[in-house]
Amino acid sequence: MPNVPTDLKYTREHEWAKQDGARVRVGITAYAQEQLGDVVFVELPKVGARVTAKKPFGVVESVKAVSDLFAPVSGEVVEVNADLPNKPETVNQDPYGRGWMIVIAPSNVGEWDTLLTAAQYEEFLAQGGH
Amino acid sequence: MSGYDRLIFELSSPGREAYSLAESDVPAAPLPASYVRKDAPALPEVSEFDVVRHYSRLSRMNYGVDTHFYPLGSCTMKYNPKLNEDTARLAGFARLHPLVPEPLAQGALQLMHELAGDLAEIAGMDAVSLQPAAGAQGEFAGVLMIRAYHRSQGEKRTKVLVPDSAHGTNPASTALAGYEVVEVKSQPNGEVDLDELARHLDTDVAAFMITVPNTLGMFEPRIVEITEMCHAKGVQVYMDGANLNAILGITRPGDLGFDVCHFNLHKTFTTPHGGGGPGAGPVGVKTHLEPFLPVPVVTKQEDRYALDWKRPKSIGKLQAFWGNFGMLVRAYAYIRTMGADGLRAVSENAILNANYVMKRLEKVYDIAVPGPCMHECVLSARRQKKLGVTATDIAKRLLDLGFYAPSTYFPLIVEEALMIEPTETEAKETLDQFCDAMIQIARETESSAALIHDAPVTTPVKRLDQTKAARQPDLRWTRRP
Repeated sequence: MPNVPTDLKYTREHEWAKQDGARVRVGITAYAQEQLGDVVFVELPKVGARVTAKKPFGVVESVKAVSDLFAPVSGEVVEVNADLPNKPETVNQDPYGRGWMIVIAPSNVGEWDTLLTAAQYEEFLAQGGH
Repeated sequence: MSGYDRLIFELSSPGREAYSLAESDVPAAPLPASYVRKDAPALPEVSEFDVVRHYSRLSRMNYGVDTHFYPLGSCTMKYNPKLNEDTARLAGFARLHPLVPEPLAQGALQLMHELAGDLAEIAGMDAVSLQPAAGAQGEFAGVLMIRAYHRSQGEKRTKVLVPDSAHGTNPASTALAGYEVVEVKSQPNGEVDLDELARHLDTDVAAFMITVPNTLGMFEPRIVEITEMCHAKGVQVYMDGANLNAILGITRPGDLGFDVCHFNLHKTFTTPHGGGGPGAGPVGVKTHLEPFLPVPVVTKQEDRYALDWKRPKSIGKLQAFWGNFGMLVRAYAYIRTMGADGLRAVSENAILNANYVMKRLEKVYDIAVPGPCMHECVLSARRQKKLGVTATDIAKRLLDLGFYAPSTYFPLIVEEALMIEPTETEAKETLDQFCDAMIQIARETESSAALIHDAPVTTPVKRLDQTKAARQPDLRWTRRP
C-alpha cells in the first residue's frame, strides 16, 4: 500500500492538500505518481491565477498518460513550484515533499472539510481508487 | 533486420551530384533580389548510387502491415489491397488538377458523390462530407456542426459529455470547438453508467460523444436507451467511428439514434496508415444537420455533377481543395470490391479473430471484461506486473518475437492494458503464432524476467529510455565529430 501521511487531506483524483498557516499546499499522492509512472512534464498555473475546487488547475504527463490536476479547494494561487518544469522527476521521487505543485490562498474555508481524511483516502484506494 | 543509422547528410561529399535538372522549357525569369539567398543551402551532395543505396537500406528496416502482423488496438491495421493503389494511380484521378472546371472532372465528382452515398448507407446517415483529413478533424467538423445547429435553434449550450474510456481526440476536438469537456465515469466493464449520464444531462449539454463498440471492445447494450435519453434533453449524440470495423452491415449508427458519426477510411476502409499517404475522416450527419456540412458539397442534377458552394449555414471549408482525394479513390475501390455481403463478412471475421485471440490468451493474462468481445480484446498485464513485468515490457518483447505490439495503457480505465485488434485480414496461422508468442512471454515472466526487461535486442534500435527522451528531448541533428 502506498504511503498516505495522516496529516494531509486528499481528493478522489489523488491530490493531497496540506494546511500551511491560512494557505493550502497541493501535490499528487504517492499512489498517483506510482500509477502514472515516470513523470515527464508538469504544467502549472501562474501565481495570481484563480482555481476552483474539483476543476483542473494544471496537467501532469507521464510516459503512460496525460492527466489533469484537480484543485482540492478554490482560491488564488500564491506560490508555484518553479523547479518542477525542469525537474519533473521530483514528483516521483518526493511526491509529498519537494514534489509539491502549488499553494492556494483559499476563498472558501468550508471546502477543507469536504476533503477526504487519510483514513478515508486509504479506504478509497482499497476499493480500487476510482 | 540490419542496423543502419546514417543520415543522407552524413554521406555528403563536396561536388557530388545525383541529378541534372532538365532544360527549362520557359524563359528564365530573375527572382526578386530580396528572395535570393546569400549562401548556398546545406543540402547533401551525393551521387545517384548513394541515394539508391541509402534509401534501399532504410527501406529494409520498414515495419508495416505488408511485412508483419500489426495488432495495434483501435487502429484497425488491416491489409491494404493493392487494387486500391492501382485505382488511385489511374491517370484520370492521379493527374487531375483539383481546379479544372467541373465539366472536365465529372468522373472524380461522380466518385465523390457515390462514395458519400455509400458511406451514408453503411452508417445509416443522411449526408456525408468527405473533406476531413483524419478522424480527429471529422470529430471537429461534427462538433462544429452540432454547435451551429444549437445556435440555429437559439440555444447556447456550453458542455460536451465524454466518457472516461474515450479516445483522447474526443475531448481535444470538443475543447477546440469551444466547449467545456465533462468526463462521465464508466462502469468497470466500460459501459456507460446510465445514472451518471442522467445526472450530467441537462440543457447546458450540447452533445454526448461515445465510441461504439466501446474502447474495451464491447458493444454498448443499452445504446438505444442512451441516445433516447440524450434526445429527450435536446442533446445531440456523436459516434466516434474508430471501431466501425466491428459493425459493418450488422448495425448502423443512424439506426441506433446517432446524429453524427465519422469514418476513418484508413482504418475501416483499407486506405494506408501513413507511408502510403494521408488519412481521411469523412463525417456523416442526419438531415437536421445537413445544412451545416462543410462546403463544397458534391451535388448531382440529372447526369451532371457539380460543387455546391451556396450553403449559407455551412461551418465553412476545412481542408485544401476537396479533401485527401487519393484516399477517397482507394476507399471507393474497396467498398465496390467488397460489396454489401463482403463488408458484413469483414466485421464477422474481425469479431471472430478477436475472440479467438482472447480465448487463447485468457488463461495466462487477465481479461479486462469477460467476453465475448467485438473486433478487439483488452487484456490486463496486472498479473505479470506483480512479478515486475509491465505492459510496456511485454510490448517490447513482442518485437523480438517478430510482432508489432498491441496498444498499451489504453483505455485508461484498464490497469496495464494491452489492446489487441487482429482485424479480419489475418489468417488463423498468424493468430496462432502471435498467441504462442504471448503465451511464451507470460511463461518468461515467471522464469526469466530479465530477458523481457532487456527486450528488444534483435531490432536495429534496442530498448529506448522513453523517460529520458521525453524529459530531455534531443530534436536537432548536429554533425558527428
